[in-house]
This record gives sequence, structure tokens and C-alpha cells, in this order.
Amino acid sequence: MYNQSLKQLSASLRKKEFSSVELSHYFLQRIKRFDGNLNSVITLNEEAALQSAAQADKSISMGEAGLLTGIPLLHKDIFCTEGLRTSCGSKMLDNFIAPYNATAVEKLAQAGVVMLGKTNMDEFAMGSSNETSFYGGVKNPWDLQSVPGGSSGGSAAAVASRLAPLASGTDTGGSIRQPAAFCGITGIKPTYGRVSRYGMIAFASSLDQGGAMAKSAEDAAIMLQAMSGFDEKDSTSVDRPVDDLLANLDRPIKGLTIGLPKEFFSDDLDAGIAEKIEQAIDAIKSAGATIKEISLPNINLSVPAYYVVAPAECSANLSRFDGVRFGYRCEEPKDLEDLYKRSRGEGFGDEVKRRIMIGAYVLSAGYYDAYYKKAQQVRRLIQQDFARAFKEVDIIASATAPSVAFAAGEKKDDPVSMYLSDIFTIGVNLAGLPGMSVPCGFVDDKPVGLQLIGNYFEESRLLNVAHQYQQLTDWHLRVPAGYEQE
Amino acid sequence: MSIRSEEVIKIAHLARLGIKDEKLSSYASELSNIMGLVEQMNQVDTTDIEPMAHPLDQSQRLRLDEVTEVDQRESLQRNAPNVEDGLFLVPRVID
Repeated sequence: MYNQSLKQLSASLRKKEFSSVELSHYFLQRIKRFDGNLNSVITLNEEAALQSAAQADKSISMGEAGLLTGIPLLHKDIFCTEGLRTSCGSKMLDNFIAPYNATAVEKLAQAGVVMLGKTNMDEFAMGSSNETSFYGGVKNPWDLQSVPGGSSGGSAAAVASRLAPLASGTDTGGSIRQPAAFCGITGIKPTYGRVSRYGMIAFASSLDQGGAMAKSAEDAAIMLQAMSGFDEKDSTSVDRPVDDLLANLDRPIKGLTIGLPKEFFSDDLDAGIAEKIEQAIDAIKSAGATIKEISLPNINLSVPAYYVVAPAECSANLSRFDGVRFGYRCEEPKDLEDLYKRSRGEGFGDEVKRRIMIGAYVLSAGYYDAYYKKAQQVRRLIQQDFARAFKEVDIIASATAPSVAFAAGEKKDDPVSMYLSDIFTIGVNLAGLPGMSVPCGFVDDKPVGLQLIGNYFEESRLLNVAHQYQQLTDWHLRVPAGYEQE
Repeated sequence: MSIRSEEVIKIAHLARLGIKDEKLSSYASELSNIMGLVEQMNQVDTTDIEPMAHPLDQSQRLRLDEVTEVDQRESLQRNAPNVEDGLFLVPRVID
């Protein structure tokens, strides 16, 4: 049952082969059985989940069910959920219970999903390995010695081990795509502004974007469809109708042009991964697509520019955590400054502190032009590189990450080498484009991800290519050893 | 690019971030490494390039100046570390 598609699960619910209560119970049991090792879930929502499952069963009986009615899901712990703790992976919010739902959570609830709990993540989404979480690292179900990627590592590990059919994620520099690649699942980050950021705890506001993590492109399409749309509560939300993401899944990809950026196929890329990507490209070619080499000349500057823009925005966003109105407060502050400094010093972990300090530094008096303005200009150059490329090609393809999942502890004490693990994903966020990762094989028994990048609002085309690729391959159906029992 | 421990103290103060003395030198070297990465931006000339703030070059939407918030004082204050009579308590600021 754990490996069935959303459409299959939904059809079974409607045919009353099992109820949503039974299905939810089944996945809750899987979480209890397997997550002790993985640590992918921070907070379980058992009682409320079974109640909303019972509600979903009523809707199904009354013939009011949509594709997502009664389907269990996990939310990344960055999305505010009314009445259920939202920690953002931080000691700072260890006791925080949001008084409202994030718009993405609300929209999925309206579509009838059953929220089983909240997934582990790097603290405030800052990290590429899940090791910065206050609740401890998450293990990769394909190899317990390896990281699941990050920051949406809990969501990726949970879907990979089939603890839930779906999980939400957020992606600021690769935080959906890189863990999806490391855990062998499908993840999509839509165009900036497509999924509301309201109630999604802010890290870098001009880059953050919510998205869907699932077994397959088809499942991800169904979930993303329900999450997307204009929201007046988010001032950066885009007021534009959402395409039908399912309508084009089955369209043949004959005639599409796929661009391969030569900069992404350099020596930085592991040879084993390069081979898997070439095989995936060959499969897409065999379905009738044309392949073309392209160039993104400034893409090598995306990591440097990102580590100005993201920390600068993070230092501004995280100034709200001051120990006064919500969140952690230190013991016995002697004055207001001591309260601020110790609450923040004790409430935030090392990586968050590093990024806040980088942000405060690049924004401090006299440095603005040299760093923030310069980074915004580099960002424009990267966007122009993509714009030029999309005049020649429909989709851009590359590896999602330069290596497979690395060992826990390997990069933990070396921030720069950790940052470079997002070298292929960060440019997409700087430009605001949609991107996804699709499983395309294994190297050293660990999954490899194929990244697909589309032009603005071309989620439907991205999902079409991914779905067609998944008709030709079965990498997305592979389940790590030890998790195949019912 | 090298950031010294004294600069870490200054930046941490700007960000109101309590830092333990014994971590100053490791922060200094990590921040220096990160700024070294950042400086690679200088490889490219950006004269006359328009800075990019929003991927779709959208500007902030305006709305009518109406009260849309509902009163949630109680549920919001349930998350506060210390409240009294509907007020957030902090250490004495003025003697």
C-alpha cells in the first residue's frame, strides 16, 4: 500500500477498499515503526489527524471527494499550523504554537488532506544536510551513515521511506531539490510567488518558495496544484491564474528542446553522477526531445551572490526573535540588552548565528554597495543568462547536486564546503525560476537526482517532462531496503 | 578577506547576538572563509547593471487603508515568555 500512487490511493478510498482513518492509521504506524532511526518527524499529530481523516471519510461518503481528500501528508516544520507546534527546527521556537495556518497549509486542508505531523529540517531552513536542527540530524533511509540533504531533509527522508505519500518543503537555495535528490524522491519548487509565503517562517524573503515533495511527478503535480495560487496576504504573491498541472502530464515530449549548461558538466561533477545524468538525457532524447548545449556564463557566481543576499535578508527577518513577544527567553536577564543578546545567543544555533552575522556585516554602514548592491547586480546577470538560454531551449537539465548524499559530519564544520553542495540549485532561486529534481539512478547505492529547470510559470511543462521520463524508468518506485514491509 | 575577533564582537553587538568568548576565533575564521567565497563576485564587472530585487520585477501592491486584522491578543500572548494584564513584560528599561 505504501508505494501506491495518489490516484490509486484516492480511487481505493472512493471504492471504500479502505477508509481514510485506516489509511492514516497505517502511515502513523509506519512512522512509529521506522522513524525512531530516521528522526524525520519532529511532532506527531495523531489525534487530530484521525479526526480529520474521519471528516474526510464523511466527505467521501457524500460524494464530495477530490483527489486529495483523505490523503495523509506531512508538513515541513517551517509552515505555521494552528494549534500544533511550529519549531522551524530551532530551540528559539521549541514552544511556539501558531495561532493560524499558513496559506499553503490551509489550501491543502481545504483540499481534504490529513496532516500526520511536522517534519525535521535544518534550523530556520539554513543548511544542506539537516544537521543544524535543534532536534538532531535526520538519517538518509538509503544509508543511515549519510545525511538526507537539507533543509527539507525530514520531508525527503519521510517520503523516501514511505512514512507518508506526500510532504511539503521549502526551497531558498535548493532545499527541496537537493534533499529530494539525496533521498531518491521527486520534488518541485515552483516559480517565485506561485505558492504563498504567508505563514511560512521567513528566511530570505526574495528567494523562499514553498513546494511539493512526493514519490512521482504526477503526485507532486496534484499536491502543487492544491498549494498554488494568488494570496493577498503575501505581498510577493503573483496574481495570475494557476495552470492545470495535470492536463499536460501525458503530452508527448517530442519536439521539445532540452538545454545542457556546459558549466554544470565540468570537473566539479562526480564522474559516476555524470554518467547517470547522461543516461537520463538519453532516455529523454529517445522520447523525441532535442538536446542542445548552452552556456550560463555567470552561473559560477551564484553561490557567492547568494551568500550575500540570503544572509542579509535572514539578518533582517530574524531580528523579530528578540525574546519579548514569543519564542525563547533567557533566564534572569539583567537588562533589555542582556535579554536580547542572551535570548538570541542561546536560542539560535551556530549556523544561524553565522548567517545573521554575515548579513549584519554586509549591510553595515559603508559596505552596502560593495556587497548587497553588487550581489543584486550579479543576480541580474544570472537572470539574464537564463533568459538568453530560454530563447533557445524549453527546459534546462543538469545534475541536482555535485555528489550523492555525503556522510554525516563530513561538512558540518566547514560552512563553505557545505554551501558548495548547492552549486547547481542556487542560481534557480536567484532568478526565481521553477525547478525540480527527479530520481535517475544510483551511485554507490545512493540515489542521484536529475534537475529540470523551466522558464517562469512553466511548472506544467516541467512536470510533463518529469512524468514522461518516469513512464520510461522506475527509479522513482524504488524503496530503500528495510522499508518494503507493509 | 579576513575578519578579526574584534570585528566579530562588533558585528555580534550590531545583531544583538550573545557570543561566547571561546568561540570568537572560530567564528572569525569561518566568517573570513565565507567572505572569501563572497568576494569571488568581484570577478565580474557590474557597472550599469540594474540591481535585481524581485525575480519578476514586481513592485509592492497597495491596498485600501482598512483594518483587516482581527483581535487575537489572547492567542498571540499565549506564546509570550512573560505577560501581565495583556502587556509584554521586559526588564526595567528606565529607572
